[in-house]
Amino acid sequence: MCTRADQPRSRVDDERFRSLAESELPRLYALARYLIGDNEAEDVVQDCLLRAYRGFAGLEDDDAGPAWLSRILVNCFRDRLRAHGREPDLVEFDEADDFSLYRKIADEDPFPYSDSVHLDFLEQFGREDVRAVLAGMPDHYRVPLVLVYMVGYEVKEAAFMVDVPLGTMLARLHRGRKLFERRLWDYAERHGLVREEVRT
Amino acid sequence: MITCAEAVRELWAYLDGVIEEPERKKVEEHLAFCRRCCGELEFAEELRAFLARPVAGELPADVHARLSAILDDLEGQWAAT
Repeated sequence: MCTRADQPRSRVDDERFRSLAESELPRLYALARYLIGDNEAEDVVQDCLLRAYRGFAGLEDDDAGPAWLSRILVNCFRDRLRAHGREPDLVEFDEADDFSLYRKIADEDPFPYSDSVHLDFLEQFGREDVRAVLAGMPDHYRVPLVLVYMVGYEVKEAAFMVDVPLGTMLARLHRGRKLFERRLWDYAERHGLVREEVRT
Repeated sequence: MITCAEAVRELWAYLDGVIEEPERKKVEEHLAFCRRCCGELEFAEELRAFLARPVAGELPADVHARLSAILDDLEGQWAAT
């Protein structure tokens, strides 16, 4: 419930908030799906809207609105994880530590007639494919990738947001990237994306 | 001189600008003569760009309706004061 002190300063603010929030809803929802998965994405966006509304009077630059909303969304996501006491999944790191997608593609050469086989490999993936690959990764490794490479936070900033030391964040990013590469390849094999005939 | 495996392990950190000296210099020395690791580096850049493609997605109509209703409620709260 909003208090009077929490509310936007004027009806103009209220309209600005509505306009910003409406235009950002698809992106926020997509980001929430990447962070927490389909089941809770809507709840995280709802939390974000309520919190953003209460703090909107503090946003002076409209151009900063999308990044400001992203930050609030990430905070809501983090709070939800904490509240649920969600434990990080464990992953065997023999699975990915020494995997190189670059070498795998070069060795397997899935598109023998291509002059740019690595790029062609990536082009097989739509956003839903990428989301599915990320969704299959443990929180520990998925969230740093989303924050740093998809949302664009500095590594230090991402470490602060998920409340881990910088060294831990760097280690998770490293392993997360390797795991992502491994899972991209596995996904491509499972879904038949690495056959010359599927290339468009 | 570091090995290819050691260089590859550091490539993303190198791209992210979070690698410290003297490791950064060692990676650069390795890249100066190893074409395969230059390929790895280029691919790491492509993969970064691939991940950074704008996050956009379809908002299902029912989800949109519920989230819009929340915005309506918030506006209603303001109007009621």
